[in-house]
This record gives sequence, structure tokens and C-alpha cells, in this order.
Amino acid sequence: MVSFVVVPLPDSHGPMLLASLVFVPFIASLIAASMPQDARNRESWLAAGVAVYGLIVAILLYPEMSEGTVLREGFDWLPAQGLYFLLRMDGLAWVFTLLVLVIGLLVVLYARYYMSPNDPVPRFFSFLLAFMGSMLGVVLSGNLVQLVVFWELTSLTSFLLIGYWHHRADARRGARMAFTVTATGGLCLLAGVLVLGHIVGSYDLDIVLAAGELIRSDDLYLTALLLIALGALTKSAQFPFHFWLPHAMAAPTPVSSYLHSATMVKAGVFLLVRLWPALSGTPEWTWIIGGAGVGTLLIGAFIAIFQHDLKGLLAYSTISHLGLITVLIGIGTPLAMVAAIFHILNHATFKASLFMAAGIIDHETGTRDLRLLGGLRHKLPITATLAIVASAAMAGVPLLNGFLSKEMFFAETLQVGGDRNWWMSVAAVAMGMFSVAYSLRFISIFFGKPAGELPRDPHEPPRWMRFPVELLAFTCLVVGVAPAISIGPVLDLAVAASLREHTPDYNLATWHGWNLPLLMSIVALFGGIALYSVLRWRFNLRERTRAPLLSHFNGAQAYETSMQSLTRAAEWLVRHLGTSKLQKQLLLLMLMLLTVPLLLVGQPPDWTVLPLEGFDPLFAGIWLIGGACAIAAAWMAKYHRLTALVLVGGTGIITAATFLWLSAPDLALTQLMVETVTTVLLLLGLRWLPPRIESAEIQAAASRRDWTRRALHMMLAVAGGLAMAVLTYAVLVHPASDTIADFFVLNALSGGGGSNVVNVLLVDFRAFDTMGEITVLAIVALTVYALLRRFRPAPDSAEVPQQQLHAFDPASRQTPSEQADSGYLFVPGIYLRTLLPFMGVIAAYFFMRGHNLPGGGFVAGLIFAVAILVQYMLAGATWVEAHITLRPHRWLGLGLLLAGLTGLGSWAFGHPFLTSHTAHLHLPVLGELHVPSAFVFDLGVFAVVVGTTMLMLVALAHQSLRAHKKAGEQAADAAVPAANGGAL
Amino acid sequence: MEIVIALAVGVMFGSGIWLILRPRTFQLITGLLLMSYAVNIFIFAMGRLSVDRPPITLSPDIDPSQFADPLPQALVLTAIVIGFATTALYLVIMIGARGLTGSDHVDGKEPRE
Repeated sequence: MVSFVVVPLPDSHGPMLLASLVFVPFIASLIAASMPQDARNRESWLAAGVAVYGLIVAILLYPEMSEGTVLREGFDWLPAQGLYFLLRMDGLAWVFTLLVLVIGLLVVLYARYYMSPNDPVPRFFSFLLAFMGSMLGVVLSGNLVQLVVFWELTSLTSFLLIGYWHHRADARRGARMAFTVTATGGLCLLAGVLVLGHIVGSYDLDIVLAAGELIRSDDLYLTALLLIALGALTKSAQFPFHFWLPHAMAAPTPVSSYLHSATMVKAGVFLLVRLWPALSGTPEWTWIIGGAGVGTLLIGAFIAIFQHDLKGLLAYSTISHLGLITVLIGIGTPLAMVAAIFHILNHATFKASLFMAAGIIDHETGTRDLRLLGGLRHKLPITATLAIVASAAMAGVPLLNGFLSKEMFFAETLQVGGDRNWWMSVAAVAMGMFSVAYSLRFISIFFGKPAGELPRDPHEPPRWMRFPVELLAFTCLVVGVAPAISIGPVLDLAVAASLREHTPDYNLATWHGWNLPLLMSIVALFGGIALYSVLRWRFNLRERTRAPLLSHFNGAQAYETSMQSLTRAAEWLVRHLGTSKLQKQLLLLMLMLLTVPLLLVGQPPDWTVLPLEGFDPLFAGIWLIGGACAIAAAWMAKYHRLTALVLVGGTGIITAATFLWLSAPDLALTQLMVETVTTVLLLLGLRWLPPRIESAEIQAAASRRDWTRRALHMMLAVAGGLAMAVLTYAVLVHPASDTIADFFVLNALSGGGGSNVVNVLLVDFRAFDTMGEITVLAIVALTVYALLRRFRPAPDSAEVPQQQLHAFDPASRQTPSEQADSGYLFVPGIYLRTLLPFMGVIAAYFFMRGHNLPGGGFVAGLIFAVAILVQYMLAGATWVEAHITLRPHRWLGLGLLLAGLTGLGSWAFGHPFLTSHTAHLHLPVLGELHVPSAFVFDLGVFAVVVGTTMLMLVALAHQSLRAHKKAGEQAADAAVPAANGGAL
Repeated sequence: MEIVIALAVGVMFGSGIWLILRPRTFQLITGLLLMSYAVNIFIFAMGRLSVDRPPITLSPDIDPSQFADPLPQALVLTAIVIGFATTALYLVIMIGARGLTGSDHVDGKEPRE
């Protein structure tokens, strides 16, 4: 027997083999997603390459595995929380890795021929590879929380693959059902793992596995066990959660073969085997796990007999075999665990091949209905032979692998049940009989005479589509005949790794002599044949539409009902507690804003009066204006929008002045520029709003209710304003506590190489935040652009506005460029065109000095944008775009790229993301120039700000052009250059 | 100074509350603008007020208490720019809804009278 040594690999050294096993499939998944729609061959080569790579790695690691080494690779994840990204490979993980990769490779080969040229294959292979990576992640996780993350990823990829043909309702329904059940189970598992981590004090698998005694004696043991069992049983489709698996058969057959028989559904039993040393050995374990298993095994096998769909039959049979494995794990003796692991491997072999055979039959005949199919051995002789071999393995016929593990199962039930619990052995034999019966039902399609017309005339499939089935069927035979030399060494590895010091002596042999298990096998075999014959010829098996007795226990129905009542309950809640009226929502929000802080205030603040900044009458004076503007804007916003806009602008200017007054020159500059562009923006929007004329009738029509509402709103507004004022005052009269501000002030010049602390903060200390912020800007700009592409004006504002058609206006019936070239804007036109280069220089100046004096990328970007806006306002979009080529999208892209590359650049020198570096340059005319790398970052900020502003404003401005063209007024504005017209 | 700033924040915030409870989209956008001024000044004031002490450190040997707090300034600077972007987004939704529904009521349909 192998002995156990835990070898922690030092962090980030060595070849990272385990990490590559998990991440290469995910990377390949991204590559696969970006290939063209019809690249079936390239996709298959890619996926097969990934599987082969994994297999090579696994085989290279075999020597270490056979010595009993536990390989560990770790990276920091959340070290403060004790979380590490930890990959761990022992014998059990190795065997499962091999299983995932070998079946994966065969499924890829099979899928190459199965998928039709019309199917969008990039999606399929991308999901399949992502699944492969997730499954390997589950198998190789050395950290329980991380295992749950990969576990949920397998649920997600399974959802995506079941719903692959999303135009089909059954695929969508099956995908939803599978995801709801398995992901809910996954959440339970997460909770269970957290409890387990709480008991043990670590999520490290090795530590948890070594703490079995501690866990079993803890008060929370049952909670942890129940939650983890819920996760495992839902994943492995155990009763009463089994119903999702038959519905998952809406997936393409390679998926059924890979996920829903060979690998993903095995994740549940894998986890139970994995945690066996930590959790098993108590009556609770046996009753919960074993009980679910016995129920599943009988129900699955029984219902399988009555299925008419080939894949449905295989699905229920899968459920039953998973039940068998679960029972073995529930029994929990070392020998039972050996049998469980052995059967996991055997079942994967024969069931994957059967699914593939079912896929071939479906592919060739056009139907999977058992009632229509018959006599196929004449048309598909080779496939028939292979399927019969695999079915025989499924039925447990001697000399095939299924027989061996099933006999071990019989032996275990006898061993555990003894004389008293003989019902367990009876259940086992019954299950054996049922499985013989449904296997016969499956192979009946190859015999008899063809049952009439098939949708297609079948032929043998392409050579390489059949190859995976051949290989798997051959494996069934080899393992069945010579288990000790074929599967023996592999099984030894897995058993030794999962059972450790409890590893029993066991003997893999085909012949154990005449004993009770053999007798049970014989009874099951002949009983099954008899059962099938009776059902077939006496009870008209072909015509029954539902399984007797058990059809009332319909899990899927229960699922649908509970989903419907959930939906209804949610609708009820929304109807009674929600409102779609924005005003009510905002009213509630404001009430909360006012009352909740009041409730939280413990005691009234202590009004310590600090040495206040001296009261300046001028400052009070400008705020008299600012406040008056705000109130007047509130008054005017309904009927006099332009006035309100001007008034809001007034408050904005006073705000900017305040920033300047109170030692924030950068803010003042930014506020001033933003004020300008916001006003232009809103002016562009005003045109699309309906005219609203104030009249005495409307005022008179206001009801008492309206007045009450207004009074309430007014009170709320006054109270809210007062509260904010008091709060502000209360803060301002208290001394400031020590903050991190001092650090920034002290280190800006020495550490960041700039004397303007605010700018250094933005582009250096907090550059990562700024990067997020410019990304938000870019996203908002693109959203605005996208929304405007679909913009349709209301009919009553689509016409050219009245103001523009006024007969006395010198500008009417002139294009903007005519007005600027020879019309009434002739003089300002000359000035403003000359202004463009000056404003460009000013923008550059503010940009360059930003690191040391007020300025920087944000301000410079806004100044530059305003410079261009002025040109637009003067001469119109058409003229500007004929003379300057602006590509706001490229500005955005370039800006983000610059900022990102600056960040990445510091990696090249071994520093963390966005570390700044300063270089000093001596240039001829400009003198000494110090160029920090933050400068490049700031350039990125500049470009994004320019791009954002231009993209939004120009897109909005173009709406007028579009609308006018729609109205037929395209006389002079017709020649919009394609470059800009297309881009904007 | 403190009392002026406090009153200014209060007046702008109060006008903003009044406006965002109004039924027309333009009133709402005006209200949000006023509220964003109020909130920006409020956050800025958390660094306390200081006159003639911009956070520009021309020499390495300095006393940090002689400079205005740069942190709220940096936060507010990006807030101003982001505020502009969200105003633009809101404006486009406003005129889009107006085009789609024909109404400039915040609920997209004229109230029943």
C-alpha cells in the first residue's frame, strides 16, 4: 500500500502543471467562442488538443501519483480571509481527471460528426471546453470554497449546453429545471462547506480530511452533513431531486453522454467519496446517503423500463446507477467504497458509449422512439453489436465490467444487511432484475422486424463517429475479462487516496467461486429476462404511456407547480407593495432619507464652535445669488425650461466660484467646463420636448388633492433642505479627525513626482479608481450613442421648430454654415474659427501643467471638447464634419488603451498594476521636463473625456439633422461625409 | 463661512427634492442637477473649509495641516465628470421616452384626470 505524504509546493514556483490543467480549457473556450460559425473541424481540433494536452500532463504525473504523493499548487486569493486558490492532486483526483479528459476527447471526436453544419458550433465547443475546465476545477480543488465555485460553474455550463438549441421550448425548460435544481443544491453545498470550515477552522481539503473525529463529534455535524448531502444528491440526480436529469436530455447527445452520464452527474458522488474520511461512519451518514440511494436505485430502474425514448431510458438508467453508487457510499465500509469508485468508472464507460450509440441511431433513423425502431441490426450491424455489448455491461452480464462492480455491490448489501436487514439485498436483486429488463428493452430495437417507415433510411455512421463507441465497448470487455491488469492499478490509486489508512485488501477477479453474490446475479439475470418477457407480451409494454404505480410521484410536476406559485406570490407582492409610479417611489425614497438618519441619531451633536473661517460678506453675497437661482429654477422648470436651465447654470457657476474660493482650483476648473458642456447638452435636448404653455385655466383646474400633494412635497423639500443644512453645519463646526489626507500631501511630491496633490491622487495614488471611472464614462457614452441610434422623435416635435421658421429671423432658410460664412454670424464666425487653435493650445497647456498646478487630463479634455463644440455651434454639424474628421469612438478606445497599457507597463518592471515611474528629460526649447508614467495615464484620461463628450453631444446634435432629413428638408445638408455620417 | 455653505447646501438640496417630486421629466433632470451640486459641495466640505490653501505642495518640507484636504477634492472631481455623463444618459432616456410615448410625464403617460 502507498503511504501518504503531503508535499506543499512553494507558491508560484515549478511548472504550474495543475493550474494549466484547469486554465487551458477556459482559455481554449474563449478561443473557440471567437471562431467562425462553420469551423467544425478547427473547433474539434482545438478541443481535442486541449484534452490531449491534459492527458499528457496527467500521464506525466502518474509516477508521482503511484508513489502516493499529494501535489499541491497554491496562489493567494483572499489571504486575509484565509482563502487560497489551491489545486491539489492525489490518486482519486488523478483518476477523475483522466476520466474527464478521456471521455472528453472521445465526445469531442463524436461531436465533430454529430453536430450538423447548420449548428453554431463555436458556442457548443466553447461551452464544452468551459465545462471541461470547470469539472477539472472541481476535481482538483484543494480548497472547499473554491470547489463550490467550480461546482456552480459546472451547473452553469450544463445549463448553457442543455439550452444549446434554445429555439426549442423543451431545451429551455430542461435547462432551467436542471439549473434551478443543481444550483440550489450548490448553494446548500456552499453553506455546508462554510459550516465545515467553521468546525475545522480551515477550508483546506487536507486539513478537513484529517479532522474527521473533530467534525463527527461537533454539534453542527448534522447540519453540515445535511447541507453537503443536498448539494451532492441534487447534482447526482438522486431521489427526490432526480427529475431534472430526464429533462436535461433535450441537450445534444454528446452533452448527454459527457455531462449527464459520465462526468458532471458524477460530481455529487465524487464529493461524497472525497469527503468520506471526514463525514462518514455515523448512522446519519448511512441513513441519509444510503436511504436516498436505495430510493433512487429502485425508482430509476423501474421507470426506465417504461420509457419510450431511447435517451429517456438511458437517463433513468443513469439515475438508477448513480443510486447504486450512492448506496455503496452510504454503506460506507472500505470495500463498499472500492465498489463505488469501481462502478463510477464502469458506468462512465458503458453509459457514455450507450448514449453515443443512441445518438447514432437518432442521427441515422431520425427518431429515438423505441416504439418505431426495430430490426436495426440489418442496417447498422456494427453499431448494433457495440450497443449490445454495452447494454450487456449495463445489465451486469458476466465477462463485462458492469458485472464485476454489480457483484461487489451484491456482496456488500449481504455483508451489511446480514440476516436482519435482508431487505437491502432484496432491493439490490430487484434493481438487478429491472436493469436487465430495461437493457433488453434497449437492445430490442436491433431485433424483430422494422416497425414500418422510419423518417430516414439508416446507414452505418462515419468511421470516426463510431470509433469512440468501439473504444468504450472494447474497454467494457477488457475490464470485464481481465480487471486486475487493466483497471487494477488505476483503481488502486483512487482507492488508496480516498480511503488512506482504511484501504482494504480486495481482489479484482472475474471468478470468485460459487457464492451468494453470484447466485444473486443469476437470479437477477433470469428474473430480468422473465420480467421483460411478461411485460412485453402480457402487459403490452410498447403501448403503456406511463410507468405503473410511480407515475403519481412526478418530481417535474412538483417543480413546475412550486415555480408557478413562486411566480404568483411574487406578482402578488409586486401588485400590493410595489408601484410603477416614479413620483411615489421617489417620495418614499426621500421620506426614508429624512427619517432613517433621524432614528439613528443617538444624541444631539455637541455644537463646539471652532475658530471658524472669517465671515466674508462677498461670499454670502454670491450665495444669495446662487440660492436664489436654485429656488427660481425650481419654480420655472415646468413652464420655462430655457429660463430654468439658465438659472441652474447660475447656481453651477456659483458652485465653481465656491470651489475656487475654498482652495480647490482643480474642482473650480472642472465644474466650470462641465457646466458649459452640460448646458449645451440640455439645450440640444430641449428641442424634443413638447411645448408647455402656462395658462390660467390649467392653474384653476388644479384640484384640492393637487394642492395637498404640493404642500406635502413642499414640506418635504423644506425639511430635507434644512436637514442637509444642519448636517453640514454640524460637521463643519467639528474639528477634522486625522485622515489619510496627510499621507497624500506629504508624499505627492516625493512619491508621485507632482506638486498638485489632487492630480497626483487621480493619476497615481488612486489611478485604479480613475481607470474605473473613465471606463464608466466610456460605457455611458456608448450607451447614449446606442440609445440615440434607435431614437424616434415624437410626431409633434419632428417638424422644424417654429422658432427656426420665423419670417423675421435672418437665420431662417439658411443653413448654419451659410450663416457663419456670409450671414449674420459672419463676424463671430471669423473670431470663433480663429479661436480653435488657441483653445487647443490652452487645453495642451492645462494638460501639461496638470501634475504640478491646477489642470490635468479631465480639465484639458473638457476644454478641448468645448473648443470643438464651439465650432459645431457656430457652423453646424455638416460644415464641421466636412472639415475635421473626428472619430470619438477611437478617442475612447485609444484613451482606455493608453490608461490600461500604462498600468500593465509596470508589470514589465515587476511592480504592481499602475505603479508610477518618473523620468526627467532635457529638451531644447522646453527646458527640463519631468515625465512620469502617470503622464501617459493622464493622456488616456484626456482622450476618454474628449471622446465621451464629443460622442454624446455630436450624436445628440445629429438627431436634428436626421429628423429634418426625414421631414424632407435635405437641400443643403445633404452632403454629410460618409466617414462622419457613418461614425456618428 | 460655515453657515453660508450649510445654507447653500440646504437650499440646493431642498430645491432638488421639490423638483424630483414633480411630474415632468425636465423638472426631474433639473432637480438632479441641483442635488448633485449640493452633494458635491457637501462631500467637499467634509474636508473642512480653508481659504487660500490649495493642496499644491511646492517643496518637500511642509506641514500637511497648512493645506486643504485633497482627498474629497479628488473624489468630487471625478464625481463632477461622472455626473455629467449620467446627466447625458438621463437626458437621452428622457427624450427617448418622450419620442416613444409622446408624453414627457415621468411615468410615460399623462395622468388620468
